[in-house]
Amino acid sequence: MKAKIIITPKKAVLDPQGKTVQSALAHMGYTGVTGVHIGKYIEIDLAPGTDKAAARQALNGAAHKFLSNPIIEDYKLEIE
Amino acid sequence: MNFAVLQFPASNCDQDAIHAIRLLGHAARYVWHKETSLGDADVVIVPGGFSYGDYLRCGAIARFSPVMQAVKQFADNGGLVLGICNGFQVLTEAGLLPGALIRNRDLQFHCEHIFLKTATPDSPFTHKIPPGKLLKIPIAHGEGCYYADEETLARLKAGNQILWHYCDANGNPTDAANPNGSLLNIAGICNARRNVAGLMPHPERASEPMLGSDDGKWIFESIFAALKNKTVAVAA
Repeated sequence: MKAKIIITPKKAVLDPQGKTVQSALAHMGYTGVTGVHIGKYIEIDLAPGTDKAAARQALNGAAHKFLSNPIIEDYKLEIE
Repeated sequence: MNFAVLQFPASNCDQDAIHAIRLLGHAARYVWHKETSLGDADVVIVPGGFSYGDYLRCGAIARFSPVMQAVKQFADNGGLVLGICNGFQVLTEAGLLPGALIRNRDLQFHCEHIFLKTATPDSPFTHKIPPGKLLKIPIAHGEGCYYADEETLARLKAGNQILWHYCDANGNPTDAANPNGSLLNIAGICNARRNVAGLMPHPERASEPMLGSDDGKWIFESIFAALKNKTVAVAA
């Protein structure tokens, strides 16, 4: 069982990495790119048989308190 | 007067802070991050460095160190806490100061002297800085761009909580003088109660003339005077 957490910078927050990569893509000839946002991907291995709902609740807490910083980042949590 | 200088794994400005404080005539000692007590500390310095390798986010892991519980308690009791560079990042992650520090807008690590304009003498960290004096102090960071949402910025302004702005040699807070893209050229702030402050520049690296500037000493002198005058409550 795995939990996947995708962390992205909030829209209002400056994302210089995203901007730089966007500009590099344009230089390389990739047209039609209107935005690049660079964040983090965290994969968490869960013990087999873990209760999905309980894991979701616990990991939402961890993502809010520790894995992401809600002032500057948003996150998405998937458990599969 | 006793200064506690915290040490996390990969703190690297802890020795500089101890040196500067002792040079200026006061006692300072290290407090390891696994300690749960600050002992007889009158002031806590959260020093610069790369605590926990800056993994995840700068300061994100350090804030959960056992000593940070004691720091929070100390701050809640009115004790003075100053976070420098990584220490500023730790204090924002810990929720002791509002906002966050993100990657410099040009993605470069900046290591240079900058000028600071003090925005208010109304704090234990700024009241002894000579009026109008610009502070020439070094910065050394890759993630010092101060960010807070508009509501928080408005609150900081209304509460007079912005302590220092980046400025040019004439004291103008221009965009060109902003080394990292910080909103409003913010270099340092304090909390609403005015006993916890953080700044990205390093006053401890500019507290004796042989280092090219001793302007940083004014921040320490402010702290010394605040404690001497007992204008702040000292935590038990």
